[in-house]
Amino acid sequence: MNRSADADDNPRGATAISQPSRVLTGEALTSGYARGPKALLSEPLSFWGGYDSVQGTIVDKTHPCFGQQLGGTIMVMPRAKGSSSSSSVLAEAIRNGTGPLGIILRERDLIIATGVIVASELYGINIPLVVVADADFKSISDADALIEIASPDHLGIARVTLIAPSRALFEQDAT
Amino acid sequence: MLTLSAHDRAMLDGDLGPGVALAMRIVTRIADVMSARELIHVTSAHIDGCLYHGAASLDFVERFVQAGTKVVIPTTLNVGSLDLIHPELYHGSASTGKAAQRLMDAHVELGCESSFTCAPYQLKHRPKLGEQIAWAESNAIVFANSVLGARTNRYGDFLDLAAAITGRAPYAGLHVVENRAARVVFEAPDFSTLPGRDIFFAALGLLVGKEAGASVAAIVGLPLDTTEDELKALGAAAASSGAVALFHAVGITPEAPTLDAALQGRAPMRTVAVSLEDLRDVRRKLNHAGPGEPLVAVSLGTPHFSVAEFEQLMQLFSQHSGPLRCDFYVNTSRYILWLLEQTGVAGKLADRGVQIVVDTCTYITPVMKKMTGLVMTNSGKWAHYAPANIGVTVAYGSMSECVRSAFEGKVWFDEQIS
Repeated sequence: MNRSADADDNPRGATAISQPSRVLTGEALTSGYARGPKALLSEPLSFWGGYDSVQGTIVDKTHPCFGQQLGGTIMVMPRAKGSSSSSSVLAEAIRNGTGPLGIILRERDLIIATGVIVASELYGINIPLVVVADADFKSISDADALIEIASPDHLGIARVTLIAPSRALFEQDAT
Repeated sequence: MLTLSAHDRAMLDGDLGPGVALAMRIVTRIADVMSARELIHVTSAHIDGCLYHGAASLDFVERFVQAGTKVVIPTTLNVGSLDLIHPELYHGSASTGKAAQRLMDAHVELGCESSFTCAPYQLKHRPKLGEQIAWAESNAIVFANSVLGARTNRYGDFLDLAAAITGRAPYAGLHVVENRAARVVFEAPDFSTLPGRDIFFAALGLLVGKEAGASVAAIVGLPLDTTEDELKALGAAAASSGAVALFHAVGITPEAPTLDAALQGRAPMRTVAVSLEDLRDVRRKLNHAGPGEPLVAVSLGTPHFSVAEFEQLMQLFSQHSGPLRCDFYVNTSRYILWLLEQTGVAGKLADRGVQIVVDTCTYITPVMKKMTGLVMTNSGKWAHYAPANIGVTVAYGSMSECVRSAFEGKVWFDEQIS
Protein backbone atom coordinates (compact mmCIF):
# COMPACT_ATOMS: atom_id res chain seq x y z
CA MET A 1 0.00 0.00 0.00
CA ASN A 2 1.18 3.46 -0.84
CA ARG A 3 2.33 5.33 2.21
CA SER A 4 1.02 8.83 1.45
CA ALA A 5 -2.28 7.58 0.09
CA ASP A 6 -2.86 5.67 3.31
CA ALA A 7 -2.09 8.72 5.40
CA ASP A 8 -4.58 10.77 3.38
CA ASP A 9 -7.25 8.11 3.70
CA ASN A 10 -6.65 7.54 7.36
CA PRO A 11 -6.40 10.70 9.43
CA ARG A 12 -6.30 8.67 12.67
CA GLY A 13 -3.15 6.98 11.45
CA ALA A 14 -1.63 10.31 10.57
CA THR A 15 -2.35 11.65 14.05
CA ALA A 16 -0.72 8.62 15.61
CA ILE A 17 2.49 9.24 13.68
CA SER A 18 3.02 12.56 15.32
CA GLN A 19 2.06 11.18 18.74
CA PRO A 20 3.52 7.76 19.46
CA SER A 21 1.56 6.24 22.31
CA ARG A 22 4.11 6.27 25.02
CA VAL A 23 7.82 6.45 25.74
CA LEU A 24 9.23 4.62 28.76
CA THR A 25 12.75 4.28 29.99
CA GLY A 26 14.61 1.31 31.35
CA GLU A 27 18.09 0.19 32.21
CA ALA A 28 20.08 -0.92 29.16
CA LEU A 29 22.11 -4.05 29.92
CA THR A 30 23.31 -4.26 26.33
CA SER A 31 23.26 -1.71 23.55
CA GLY A 32 21.32 -1.96 20.32
CA TYR A 33 18.26 -0.89 18.43
CA ALA A 34 15.22 -3.03 17.69
CA ARG A 35 11.64 -2.68 16.62
CA GLY A 36 9.02 -5.37 16.29
CA PRO A 37 5.78 -6.85 17.47
CA LYS A 38 5.60 -7.84 21.09
CA ALA A 39 5.94 -11.47 22.15
CA LEU A 40 4.62 -11.45 25.70
CA LEU A 41 5.68 -14.45 27.76
CA SER A 42 3.55 -14.29 30.88
CA GLU A 43 5.55 -17.15 32.43
CA PRO A 44 9.35 -17.48 32.53
CA LEU A 45 10.89 -19.62 29.77
CA SER A 46 14.04 -21.73 30.00
CA PHE A 47 15.56 -21.41 26.51
CA TRP A 48 17.33 -24.72 26.98
CA GLY A 49 14.68 -27.41 27.00
CA GLY A 50 12.06 -24.82 26.14
CA TYR A 51 13.04 -23.30 22.79
CA ASP A 52 13.98 -24.91 19.49
CA SER A 53 16.65 -22.61 18.04
CA VAL A 54 16.39 -24.23 14.57
CA GLN A 55 12.61 -24.12 14.18
CA GLY A 56 12.33 -20.96 16.26
CA THR A 57 9.42 -22.13 18.39
CA ILE A 58 8.68 -22.58 22.07
CA VAL A 59 8.67 -26.36 22.65
CA ASP A 60 7.96 -26.48 26.39
CA LYS A 61 4.47 -27.97 26.41
CA THR A 62 3.80 -26.67 29.91
CA HIS A 63 4.49 -23.07 28.84
CA PRO A 64 1.41 -20.94 28.06
CA CYS A 65 3.11 -19.77 24.84
CA PHE A 66 3.87 -23.30 23.58
CA GLY A 67 4.25 -23.25 19.80
CA GLN A 68 4.82 -19.50 19.59
CA GLN A 69 7.72 -18.08 17.55
CA LEU A 70 10.11 -15.42 18.89
CA GLY A 71 11.99 -14.60 15.67
CA GLY A 72 11.53 -10.95 14.71
CA THR A 73 9.79 -10.05 17.95
CA ILE A 74 10.52 -8.01 21.04
CA MET A 75 10.35 -10.62 23.80
CA VAL A 76 8.77 -9.37 27.01
CA MET A 77 9.20 -11.73 29.97
CA PRO A 78 9.09 -11.06 33.72
CA ARG A 79 12.14 -13.16 34.53
CA ALA A 80 14.14 -16.13 33.33
CA LYS A 81 14.29 -19.62 34.77
CA GLY A 82 15.77 -23.05 34.40
CA SER A 83 18.88 -24.31 32.74
CA SER A 84 22.21 -22.52 32.65
CA SER A 85 22.54 -23.84 29.07
CA SER A 86 20.00 -21.23 28.07
CA SER A 87 22.85 -18.80 27.26
CA SER A 88 23.98 -21.11 24.44
CA VAL A 89 20.51 -21.75 23.08
CA LEU A 90 19.75 -18.02 23.05
CA ALA A 91 23.08 -17.20 21.32
CA GLU A 92 22.41 -19.93 18.77
CA ALA A 93 18.88 -18.63 18.14
CA ILE A 94 20.26 -15.11 17.63
CA ARG A 95 22.84 -16.53 15.18
CA ASN A 96 20.11 -18.42 13.31
CA GLY A 97 17.80 -15.41 13.18
CA THR A 98 15.21 -17.34 15.18
CA GLY A 99 15.79 -15.35 18.36
CA PRO A 100 14.08 -12.17 19.50
CA LEU A 101 15.27 -8.81 18.12
CA GLY A 102 15.14 -7.25 21.57
CA ILE A 103 14.39 -8.41 25.12
CA ILE A 104 12.59 -6.66 27.96
CA LEU A 105 12.74 -8.18 31.45
CA ARG A 106 11.46 -7.09 34.85
CA GLU A 107 14.27 -8.86 36.73
CA ARG A 108 17.84 -8.81 35.46
CA ASP A 109 19.14 -12.20 34.50
CA LEU A 110 22.73 -13.23 34.05
CA ILE A 111 22.06 -16.20 31.80
CA ILE A 112 20.00 -14.20 29.30
CA ALA A 113 22.58 -11.38 29.40
CA THR A 114 25.43 -13.81 28.74
CA GLY A 115 23.72 -15.23 25.65
CA VAL A 116 23.15 -11.74 24.27
CA ILE A 117 26.70 -10.54 25.02
CA VAL A 118 28.31 -13.59 23.40
CA ALA A 119 26.15 -13.26 20.27
CA SER A 120 27.44 -9.71 20.05
CA GLU A 121 31.08 -10.81 20.54
CA LEU A 122 30.93 -13.73 18.09
CA TYR A 123 28.59 -12.48 15.40
CA GLY A 124 28.37 -8.72 15.85
CA ILE A 125 24.59 -8.95 16.28
CA ASN A 126 23.53 -6.50 18.98
CA ILE A 127 20.29 -7.37 20.74
CA PRO A 128 19.19 -4.68 23.19
CA LEU A 129 18.40 -6.18 26.60
CA VAL A 130 16.44 -3.90 28.91
CA VAL A 131 15.30 -4.15 32.51
CA VAL A 132 12.26 -2.05 33.39
CA ALA A 133 10.49 -1.18 36.64
CA ASP A 134 7.37 -3.11 37.72
CA ALA A 135 4.86 -0.43 36.66
CA ASP A 136 6.49 0.02 33.26
CA PHE A 137 6.61 -3.73 32.79
CA LYS A 138 2.88 -3.81 33.35
CA SER A 139 2.29 -0.99 30.85
CA ILE A 140 4.37 -2.81 28.27
CA SER A 141 2.60 -6.10 28.97
CA ASP A 142 -0.85 -4.52 28.69
CA ALA A 143 -0.19 -2.36 25.63
CA ASP A 144 -1.54 -3.40 22.26
CA ALA A 145 1.45 -2.00 20.41
CA LEU A 146 4.60 -2.44 18.42
CA ILE A 147 7.67 -1.93 20.55
CA GLU A 148 10.81 -0.02 19.73
CA ILE A 149 13.93 -0.21 21.89
CA ALA A 150 16.77 2.25 21.50
CA SER A 151 19.81 1.67 23.72
CA PRO A 152 22.76 3.66 22.42
CA ASP A 153 25.10 2.59 25.23
CA HIS A 154 25.28 -0.50 27.34
CA LEU A 155 24.73 0.45 30.98
CA GLY A 156 22.91 3.57 29.88
CA ILE A 157 19.28 4.45 29.59
CA ALA A 158 17.15 2.44 27.20
CA ARG A 159 14.24 4.18 25.53
CA VAL A 160 11.26 1.89 25.05
CA THR A 161 8.55 3.27 22.76
CA LEU A 162 5.11 1.71 22.61
CA ILE A 163 3.79 2.49 19.17
CA ALA A 164 0.01 2.74 18.97
CA PRO A 165 -1.83 0.09 16.96
CA SER A 166 -3.12 2.53 14.34
CA ARG A 167 0.39 3.74 13.71
CA ALA A 168 1.67 0.21 13.87
CA LEU A 169 -0.77 -0.90 11.20
CA PHE A 170 0.20 2.03 9.07
CA GLU A 171 3.90 1.32 9.40
CA GLN A 172 3.44 -2.33 8.59
CA ASP A 173 1.45 -1.45 5.48
CA ALA A 174 4.22 0.86 4.40
CA THR A 175 6.84 -1.88 4.35
CA MET B 1 31.82 1.44 38.17
CA LEU B 2 34.07 -1.59 37.78
CA THR B 3 37.64 -1.20 39.05
CA LEU B 4 40.17 -3.58 37.53
CA SER B 5 43.50 -4.74 38.95
CA ALA B 6 46.63 -4.21 36.86
CA HIS B 7 46.55 -7.87 35.88
CA ASP B 8 42.85 -7.68 34.94
CA ARG B 9 43.67 -4.67 32.78
CA ALA B 10 46.56 -6.49 31.10
CA MET B 11 44.26 -9.41 30.29
CA LEU B 12 41.62 -7.07 28.90
CA ASP B 13 44.18 -5.18 26.82
CA GLY B 14 45.35 -8.34 25.10
CA ASP B 15 48.76 -8.60 26.77
CA LEU B 16 48.09 -12.30 27.40
CA GLY B 17 46.74 -12.98 23.94
CA PRO B 18 43.47 -12.52 22.07
CA GLY B 19 41.76 -15.51 23.75
CA VAL B 20 42.33 -14.14 27.24
CA ALA B 21 41.21 -10.69 26.05
CA LEU B 22 37.92 -12.13 24.70
CA ALA B 23 37.34 -14.01 27.95
CA MET B 24 38.07 -10.88 30.00
CA ARG B 25 35.75 -8.79 27.83
CA ILE B 26 32.94 -11.23 28.62
CA VAL B 27 33.73 -11.26 32.35
CA THR B 28 33.82 -7.45 32.54
CA ARG B 29 30.65 -7.00 30.47
CA ILE B 30 28.84 -9.42 32.77
CA ALA B 31 30.34 -7.62 35.78
CA ASP B 32 28.78 -4.43 34.43
CA VAL B 33 25.41 -6.14 34.05
CA MET B 34 25.67 -7.23 37.69
CA SER B 35 26.78 -3.75 38.83
CA ALA B 36 29.94 -5.32 40.31
CA ARG B 37 32.64 -2.95 41.49
CA GLU B 38 35.48 -5.43 41.33
CA LEU B 39 36.43 -8.91 40.23
CA ILE B 40 37.50 -11.69 42.58
CA HIS B 41 39.72 -14.73 42.24
CA VAL B 42 37.82 -17.99 41.84
CA THR B 43 39.39 -21.33 42.76
CA SER B 44 37.49 -23.65 40.42
CA ALA B 45 35.18 -23.62 37.45
CA HIS B 46 32.60 -26.07 36.19
CA ILE B 47 31.80 -25.74 32.51
CA ASP B 48 28.41 -26.39 31.01
CA GLY B 49 29.46 -25.34 27.50
CA CYS B 50 30.55 -28.82 26.39
CA LEU B 51 26.94 -29.84 25.66
CA TYR B 52 26.28 -29.14 21.99
CA HIS B 53 23.53 -26.64 21.18
CA GLY B 54 24.50 -25.66 17.64
CA ALA B 55 27.24 -23.78 15.83
CA ALA B 56 27.49 -21.05 18.48
CA SER B 57 28.78 -23.64 20.99
CA LEU B 58 31.70 -24.57 18.72
CA ASP B 59 32.33 -21.07 17.35
CA PHE B 60 32.94 -19.88 20.90
CA VAL B 61 35.34 -22.57 22.08
CA GLU B 62 37.28 -22.73 18.78
CA ARG B 63 38.17 -19.05 19.19
CA PHE B 64 40.11 -20.03 22.32
CA VAL B 65 41.62 -23.18 20.80
CA GLN B 66 42.90 -21.19 17.82
CA ALA B 67 44.42 -18.60 20.13
CA GLY B 68 46.20 -21.31 22.15
CA THR B 69 44.37 -20.23 25.32
CA LYS B 70 44.29 -22.47 28.44
CA VAL B 71 42.24 -22.46 31.62
CA VAL B 72 44.17 -21.21 34.67
CA ILE B 73 42.19 -22.85 37.51
CA PRO B 74 41.01 -26.44 38.11
CA THR B 75 38.10 -26.81 35.72
CA THR B 76 35.65 -29.70 35.44
CA LEU B 77 33.33 -30.41 32.52
CA ASN B 78 29.61 -30.97 32.57
CA VAL B 79 27.88 -33.64 30.51
CA GLY B 80 28.32 -33.61 26.77
CA SER B 81 25.93 -34.92 24.13
CA LEU B 82 27.71 -38.27 23.82
CA ASP B 83 28.71 -41.17 26.04
CA LEU B 84 32.35 -41.40 25.00
CA ILE B 85 32.81 -44.65 26.95
CA HIS B 86 29.79 -46.27 25.23
CA PRO B 87 29.68 -44.36 21.91
CA GLU B 88 27.49 -47.04 20.32
CA LEU B 89 24.53 -45.83 22.41
CA TYR B 90 24.24 -42.60 20.41
CA HIS B 91 21.78 -42.75 17.51
CA GLY B 92 21.35 -39.10 16.61
CA SER B 93 22.52 -37.59 13.32
CA ALA B 94 26.15 -38.24 12.38
CA SER B 95 26.92 -34.57 11.76
CA THR B 96 25.59 -33.49 15.17
CA GLY B 97 27.48 -36.38 16.78
CA LYS B 98 30.70 -35.25 15.14
CA ALA B 99 30.25 -31.63 16.22
CA ALA B 100 29.32 -32.75 19.75
CA GLN B 101 32.46 -34.91 19.96
CA ARG B 102 34.61 -32.00 18.72
CA LEU B 103 33.06 -29.72 21.35
CA MET B 104 33.96 -32.15 24.14
CA ASP B 105 37.50 -32.66 22.77
CA ALA B 106 38.07 -28.92 22.30
CA HIS B 107 37.32 -28.26 25.97
CA VAL B 108 39.86 -30.92 26.98
CA GLU B 109 42.40 -29.17 24.68
CA LEU B 110 41.85 -25.99 26.70
CA GLY B 111 42.99 -27.84 29.82
CA CYS B 112 39.63 -28.84 31.34
CA GLU B 113 39.30 -32.21 33.12
CA SER B 114 37.38 -34.83 31.16
CA SER B 115 34.94 -35.34 34.05
CA PHE B 116 31.75 -34.97 31.92
CA THR B 117 29.36 -34.95 34.84
CA CYS B 118 26.53 -32.73 36.01
CA ALA B 119 27.47 -33.70 39.58
CA PRO B 120 31.06 -32.42 39.96
CA TYR B 121 30.39 -32.37 43.70
CA GLN B 122 30.59 -36.18 43.56
CA LEU B 123 34.17 -36.09 42.24
CA LYS B 124 37.20 -36.57 44.48
CA HIS B 125 37.85 -32.89 45.19
CA ARG B 126 35.05 -30.54 45.99
CA PRO B 127 34.88 -26.91 47.08
CA LYS B 128 34.82 -26.05 50.76
CA LEU B 129 32.61 -23.76 52.84
CA GLY B 130 33.12 -20.13 51.81
CA GLU B 131 35.22 -20.91 48.74
CA GLN B 132 34.62 -18.58 45.76
CA ILE B 133 33.98 -20.57 42.59
CA ALA B 134 32.45 -20.05 39.13
CA TRP B 135 30.16 -22.93 38.31
CA ALA B 136 27.57 -23.50 35.64
CA GLU B 137 24.93 -26.27 35.42
CA SER B 138 21.88 -25.31 37.42
CA ASN B 139 21.88 -28.35 39.75
CA ALA B 140 25.63 -28.12 40.41
CA ILE B 141 25.29 -24.43 41.23
CA VAL B 142 22.51 -25.00 43.74
CA PHE B 143 24.35 -27.96 45.33
CA ALA B 144 27.66 -26.08 45.63
CA ASN B 145 25.97 -23.05 47.19
CA SER B 146 23.47 -24.83 49.40
CA VAL B 147 25.02 -28.12 50.50
CA LEU B 148 28.73 -27.24 50.36
CA GLY B 149 28.43 -23.56 51.26
CA ALA B 150 30.76 -22.59 48.42
CA ARG B 151 29.89 -19.36 46.61
CA THR B 152 28.88 -19.07 42.99
CA ASN B 153 26.33 -17.23 40.95
CA ARG B 154 24.06 -18.93 38.49
CA TYR B 155 26.61 -18.77 35.72
CA GLY B 156 25.64 -19.93 32.28
CA ASP B 157 27.50 -21.23 29.28
CA PHE B 158 30.31 -18.96 28.05
CA LEU B 159 30.85 -17.08 31.30
CA ASP B 160 31.91 -20.35 32.93
CA LEU B 161 34.75 -20.78 30.42
CA ALA B 162 35.60 -17.07 30.49
CA ALA B 163 36.01 -17.34 34.28
CA ALA B 164 38.15 -20.49 33.93
CA ILE B 165 40.44 -18.71 31.45
CA THR B 166 40.81 -15.52 33.50
CA GLY B 167 40.43 -17.03 37.00
CA ARG B 168 38.14 -14.07 37.74
CA ALA B 169 34.46 -13.50 38.39
CA PRO B 170 32.36 -10.43 39.21
CA TYR B 171 32.14 -9.79 42.96
CA ALA B 172 28.37 -9.60 43.15
CA GLY B 173 25.31 -11.68 43.84
CA LEU B 174 25.92 -14.87 45.81
CA HIS B 175 29.68 -14.24 46.06
CA VAL B 176 28.73 -11.60 48.64
CA VAL B 177 27.71 -13.02 52.03
CA GLU B 178 24.89 -10.51 52.62
CA ASN B 179 23.15 -11.64 49.44
CA ARG B 180 23.04 -15.21 50.71
CA ALA B 181 20.34 -14.47 53.29
CA ALA B 182 17.07 -16.34 52.73
CA ARG B 183 14.18 -14.18 51.57
CA VAL B 184 11.40 -16.75 51.28
CA VAL B 185 10.70 -19.38 53.95
CA PHE B 186 9.06 -22.71 53.13
CA GLU B 187 7.54 -24.85 55.88
CA ALA B 188 7.81 -28.45 54.71
CA PRO B 189 5.36 -31.10 55.90
CA ASP B 190 6.71 -34.15 57.71
CA PHE B 191 7.36 -36.87 55.14
CA SER B 192 10.33 -38.38 56.96
CA THR B 193 8.78 -41.79 57.51
CA LEU B 194 6.89 -42.17 54.24
CA PRO B 195 8.12 -44.87 51.86
CA GLY B 196 9.71 -43.61 48.64
CA ARG B 197 10.45 -40.26 50.19
CA ASP B 198 12.91 -39.42 47.37
CA ILE B 199 10.06 -38.09 45.26
CA PHE B 200 8.83 -35.81 48.03
CA PHE B 201 12.20 -34.04 47.99
CA ALA B 202 11.94 -33.62 44.22
CA ALA B 203 8.31 -32.49 44.42
CA LEU B 204 9.20 -29.99 47.16
CA GLY B 205 12.06 -28.74 44.97
CA LEU B 206 9.74 -28.13 42.02
CA LEU B 207 7.35 -26.26 44.28
CA VAL B 208 10.15 -24.17 45.84
CA GLY B 209 11.49 -23.27 42.39
CA LYS B 210 8.09 -22.17 41.15
CA GLU B 211 7.35 -20.07 44.25
CA ALA B 212 10.80 -18.64 44.99
CA GLY B 213 11.91 -17.88 41.41
CA ALA B 214 15.43 -16.54 41.83
CA SER B 215 15.10 -15.69 45.53
CA VAL B 216 17.14 -17.46 48.20
CA ALA B 217 14.89 -19.93 50.01
CA ALA B 218 15.01 -21.35 53.52
CA ILE B 219 13.24 -24.65 54.15
CA VAL B 220 12.22 -25.68 57.65
CA GLY B 221 10.90 -29.07 58.66
CA LEU B 222 13.02 -31.36 56.47
CA PRO B 223 13.93 -34.71 58.07
CA LEU B 224 17.07 -34.36 60.20
CA ASP B 225 18.50 -37.46 58.51
CA THR B 226 18.12 -35.87 55.06
CA THR B 227 20.92 -37.17 52.84
CA GLU B 228 23.08 -35.34 50.32
CA ASP B 229 21.33 -37.26 47.54
CA GLU B 230 17.96 -36.03 48.75
CA LEU B 231 19.23 -32.43 48.84
CA LYS B 232 20.63 -33.02 45.35
CA ALA B 233 17.16 -34.07 44.10
CA LEU B 234 15.51 -31.10 45.80
CA GLY B 235 18.01 -28.58 44.40
CA ALA B 236 17.96 -29.98 40.87
CA ALA B 237 14.17 -29.78 40.79
CA ALA B 238 14.13 -26.23 42.23
CA ALA B 239 16.62 -25.09 39.59
CA SER B 240 14.44 -26.59 36.83
CA SER B 241 11.13 -24.97 37.74
CA GLY B 242 12.71 -21.71 38.90
CA ALA B 243 16.04 -19.93 38.94
CA VAL B 244 17.00 -21.05 42.45
CA ALA B 245 20.75 -20.90 43.04
CA LEU B 246 20.78 -21.31 46.82
CA PHE B 247 18.48 -22.77 49.43
CA HIS B 248 19.09 -23.24 53.11
CA ALA B 249 17.76 -26.41 54.75
CA VAL B 250 17.48 -25.31 58.36
CA GLY B 251 19.39 -27.58 60.74
CA ILE B 252 20.98 -29.41 57.80
CA THR B 253 22.97 -27.17 55.43
CA PRO B 254 26.10 -25.32 56.62
CA GLU B 255 24.88 -21.72 56.50
CA ALA B 256 21.62 -22.52 58.28
CA PRO B 257 22.13 -23.92 61.80
CA THR B 258 18.96 -21.95 62.66
CA LEU B 259 16.27 -20.17 60.67
CA ASP B 260 17.55 -16.87 62.04
CA ALA B 261 21.03 -17.65 60.74
CA ALA B 262 19.61 -18.49 57.30
CA LEU B 263 17.75 -15.17 57.29
CA GLN B 264 20.85 -13.35 58.63
CA GLY B 265 18.62 -11.86 61.29
CA ARG B 266 16.23 -10.21 58.86
CA ALA B 267 12.53 -10.87 58.37
CA PRO B 268 11.54 -12.97 55.36
CA MET B 269 9.62 -11.39 52.48
CA ARG B 270 7.08 -14.17 52.85
CA THR B 271 6.49 -17.61 54.30
CA VAL B 272 4.89 -20.45 52.36
CA ALA B 273 3.31 -23.36 54.21
CA VAL B 274 3.54 -26.56 52.17
CA SER B 275 1.22 -29.50 52.83
CA LEU B 276 1.65 -33.16 51.93
CA GLU B 277 -1.30 -32.71 49.61
CA ASP B 278 0.58 -29.92 47.78
CA LEU B 279 3.48 -32.33 47.20
CA ARG B 280 1.17 -35.12 46.05
CA ASP B 281 -0.38 -32.62 43.68
CA VAL B 282 3.06 -31.83 42.19
CA ARG B 283 3.61 -35.53 41.70
CA ARG B 284 0.23 -35.97 40.03
CA LYS B 285 0.99 -33.13 37.62
CA LEU B 286 4.38 -34.59 36.67
CA ASN B 287 3.06 -38.07 36.21
CA HIS B 288 1.31 -38.84 32.93
CA ALA B 289 0.58 -42.53 33.38
CA GLY B 290 -1.82 -44.74 35.24
CA PRO B 291 -0.99 -47.98 37.05
CA GLY B 292 -0.61 -50.91 34.67
CA GLU B 293 0.40 -48.90 31.61
CA PRO B 294 3.28 -50.57 29.72
CA LEU B 295 6.74 -49.02 30.09
CA VAL B 296 9.47 -48.81 27.45
CA ALA B 297 12.13 -47.82 29.97
CA VAL B 298 13.09 -46.63 33.41
CA SER B 299 15.69 -43.86 33.68
CA LEU B 300 17.42 -42.93 36.93
CA GLY B 301 20.41 -40.73 37.72
CA THR B 302 19.41 -37.16 36.90
CA PRO B 303 21.52 -35.60 38.36
CA HIS B 304 24.18 -38.31 38.01
CA PHE B 305 23.82 -41.19 40.44
CA SER B 306 26.12 -41.31 43.46
CA VAL B 307 27.76 -44.42 44.91
CA ALA B 308 25.19 -44.36 47.75
CA GLU B 309 22.33 -44.31 45.26
CA PHE B 310 23.83 -47.30 43.42
CA GLU B 311 23.95 -49.13 46.75
CA GLN B 312 20.27 -48.34 47.30
CA LEU B 313 19.52 -49.57 43.79
CA MET B 314 21.38 -52.85 44.43
CA GLN B 315 19.31 -53.27 47.58
CA LEU B 316 16.07 -52.76 45.64
CA PHE B 317 17.18 -55.15 42.88
CA SER B 318 17.88 -57.83 45.49
CA GLN B 319 14.13 -57.84 46.28
CA HIS B 320 13.24 -58.90 42.74
CA SER B 321 14.13 -61.96 40.69
CA GLY B 322 13.80 -62.75 37.02
CA PRO B 323 14.48 -60.47 34.08
CA LEU B 324 13.73 -56.78 33.73
CA ARG B 325 10.71 -56.31 31.50
CA CYS B 326 11.72 -52.94 30.08
CA ASP B 327 14.99 -51.10 29.36
CA PHE B 328 16.71 -49.75 32.45
CA TYR B 329 19.14 -46.81 32.32
CA VAL B 330 21.16 -45.20 35.07
CA ASN B 331 23.15 -42.02 34.34
CA THR B 332 26.37 -41.37 36.20
CA SER B 333 29.91 -40.08 35.72
CA ARG B 334 32.83 -42.08 34.34
CA TYR B 335 34.53 -41.54 37.71
CA ILE B 336 31.67 -43.21 39.62
CA LEU B 337 31.53 -45.99 37.00
CA TRP B 338 35.22 -46.57 37.63
CA LEU B 339 34.54 -46.85 41.39
CA LEU B 340 31.67 -49.27 40.70
CA GLU B 341 33.92 -51.42 38.54
CA GLN B 342 36.36 -51.70 41.47
CA THR B 343 33.64 -52.93 43.81
CA GLY B 344 31.93 -55.22 41.28
CA VAL B 345 28.63 -53.31 41.42
CA ALA B 346 28.88 -52.31 37.74
CA GLY B 347 29.22 -55.96 36.68
CA LYS B 348 26.33 -57.12 38.85
CA LEU B 349 24.00 -54.45 37.47
CA ALA B 350 25.07 -55.20 33.88
CA ASP B 351 24.29 -58.90 34.49
CA ARG B 352 20.77 -57.91 35.49
CA GLY B 353 20.28 -55.85 32.35
CA VAL B 354 21.00 -52.34 33.59
CA GLN B 355 22.62 -50.00 31.07
CA ILE B 356 24.85 -47.49 32.82
CA VAL B 357 25.19 -44.28 30.77
CA VAL B 358 28.15 -41.97 31.44
CA ASP B 359 29.41 -38.57 30.20
CA THR B 360 25.88 -37.54 29.19
CA CYS B 361 22.28 -38.08 30.26
CA THR B 362 19.28 -39.88 28.77
CA TYR B 363 17.08 -36.78 28.57
CA ILE B 364 19.39 -34.52 26.56
CA THR B 365 20.54 -36.71 23.69
CA PRO B 366 19.30 -39.79 21.82
CA VAL B 367 20.93 -42.68 23.69
CA MET B 368 17.89 -44.67 24.84
CA LYS B 369 16.89 -47.42 22.39
CA LYS B 370 13.25 -46.38 22.39
CA MET B 371 12.49 -42.67 22.25
CA THR B 372 8.71 -42.86 22.13
CA GLY B 373 6.37 -44.26 24.72
CA LEU B 374 6.29 -44.21 28.45
CA VAL B 375 9.47 -43.81 30.52
CA MET B 376 9.46 -43.86 34.33
CA THR B 377 11.81 -41.80 36.49
CA ASN B 378 12.20 -40.60 40.07
CA SER B 379 13.88 -37.38 38.94
CA GLY B 380 11.91 -34.15 39.07
CA LYS B 381 14.41 -32.62 36.66
CA TRP B 382 14.13 -35.47 34.14
CA ALA B 383 10.35 -35.39 34.38
CA HIS B 384 10.41 -31.62 33.85
CA TYR B 385 12.62 -31.53 30.74
CA ALA B 386 12.39 -34.92 28.98
CA PRO B 387 8.99 -34.49 27.26
CA ALA B 388 10.13 -31.37 25.34
CA ASN B 389 13.71 -32.57 24.80
CA ILE B 390 13.28 -36.11 23.55
CA GLY B 391 9.53 -36.56 23.14
CA VAL B 392 8.80 -39.31 25.66
CA THR B 393 5.88 -39.45 28.07
CA VAL B 394 6.80 -39.54 31.76
CA ALA B 395 5.62 -41.78 34.54
CA TYR B 396 6.86 -40.35 37.82
CA GLY B 397 7.52 -42.43 40.91
CA SER B 398 10.00 -43.16 43.67
CA MET B 399 13.14 -45.22 43.03
CA SER B 400 11.45 -48.19 44.66
CA GLU B 401 8.36 -47.80 42.45
CA CYS B 402 10.58 -47.44 39.37
CA VAL B 403 12.42 -50.70 40.13
CA ARG B 404 9.29 -52.72 40.79
CA SER B 405 7.64 -51.25 37.67
CA ALA B 406 10.67 -52.25 35.57
CA PHE B 407 10.42 -55.86 36.77
CA GLU B 408 6.70 -55.87 35.96
CA GLY B 409 7.16 -54.01 32.65
CA LYS B 410 4.33 -51.71 33.60
CA VAL B 411 3.72 -48.78 35.91
CA TRP B 412 3.24 -49.70 39.55
CA PHE B 413 2.52 -47.17 42.30
CA ASP B 414 2.70 -47.76 46.03
CA GLU B 415 -0.72 -46.84 47.41
CA GLN B 416 0.88 -45.64 50.63
CA ILE B 417 2.55 -42.77 48.76
CA SER B 418 -0.21 -41.56 46.47
